[in-house]
Amino acid sequence: MIPGRQEPTRFEEFMEGIWKQNPVFVMVLGMCPALAVTVSAVNALAMGLATTFVLLGSTLLVSLMRKWVPREVRIATYIVIIATFVTVVDYLIAAISLALYEALGAFIQLIVVNCIILGRAEAHASRNPPGRALINATGMGIGFTIGLFALGSVREILGAGKLFGVALFGPEFQPWVIMVLPPGGFFVLGAWLLLFNWLKTRGAASGKPAEANVHA
Amino acid sequence: MPESLPQIFLAAALANNFVLAMFLGLCPFLGVSGRLGTALPMGGATTFVMLVASLCAYGLNLLVTTFGLEFLRLISYIVVIASAVQLVEMVLKKYSPALFRALGIYLPLITTNCAVLGVALFQTTREYDFLQALVFSLGAGAGFTLALLLMAGLRERLNLAGVPGVVQGTALSLMLAGLLSLAFMGFAGLGAVE
Repeated sequence: MIPGRQEPTRFEEFMEGIWKQNPVFVMVLGMCPALAVTVSAVNALAMGLATTFVLLGSTLLVSLMRKWVPREVRIATYIVIIATFVTVVDYLIAAISLALYEALGAFIQLIVVNCIILGRAEAHASRNPPGRALINATGMGIGFTIGLFALGSVREILGAGKLFGVALFGPEFQPWVIMVLPPGGFFVLGAWLLLFNWLKTRGAASGKPAEANVHA
Repeated sequence: MPESLPQIFLAAALANNFVLAMFLGLCPFLGVSGRLGTALPMGGATTFVMLVASLCAYGLNLLVTTFGLEFLRLISYIVVIASAVQLVEMVLKKYSPALFRALGIYLPLITTNCAVLGVALFQTTREYDFLQALVFSLGAGAGFTLALLLMAGLRERLNLAGVPGVVQGTALSLMLAGLLSLAFMGFAGLGAVE
């Protein structure tokens, strides 16, 4: 299947969320859950997967209904669709693991107001057929999960000396507690963004016509 | 553990500051905090929406629990918040068009401000009564406004400072927020912490 010339290929559509438009590192969207729950790698992964599920469900529904939703009430419609899927996820996580449910707390329900999901519904799903929209949403969801995992693992390693609850260093390791406290979230995300900025400017300086620079 | 009203207010505004300790409402926090002039009205508008949302959420929660429809709670909250934002938007457009333009896209985005939904959700899980919910939402609004003002003041100063190009933008804002958050940790223990 060969898509039209100016249309992005399916692979590009999929990779968009993972690399070029990564929700966490490039668009800096949906940061409230990104910073609040990423005190450990497990929490980060669970949050990423829950968000991906909501993203996929709402994308499919929005894309299917795109011809029937009047423009004036589209945001309200999207929000109600998203809220429905979030309620599903909320009950699902409570049923699967009560410990996880308590660790994530109100932040599961706060997925409703995650800008990524509404942003995708508005910018992509409402303009594309279900197949294409789903591919893009999958990419975005994976990109978001990777971003959260990058934050969560760094914070857990530095702040508790563990990864997935397994101690990495010897018993004399002094945990850098501030990293699992709120300021650490800001610092780690700031440092990641700094790293990406630095890589970008370095790529530009070395004269390599890196495509990423255009999207900076 | 009965919490007194001043305790709830202080905890929501300082010790558990919504932006700096709980990471709620970061999008407007980073987006609108460029200038002091827009930070204050934005804080005011958000506080008002929080107040309305909190009161409505209290009523809705009673209704939803009475009929055993807990699974509708989230959906009804978000619809109420969206309507409250619409109201603020209409009032601002009528009485202060200049401000309306200055806030721009961030005004309708209050709907997706996690802090507003956060207020409604937290007061439900903590089972606050009517008065407690009222004070809680006011405290949260005051905390949000305070964080926004502090950040705007810092960023106005930073515009004049020579910062390396790599650090500029969101990375710098996040580092600043981290430092502010560090400062706010000094309030830990003030008021009631769960």
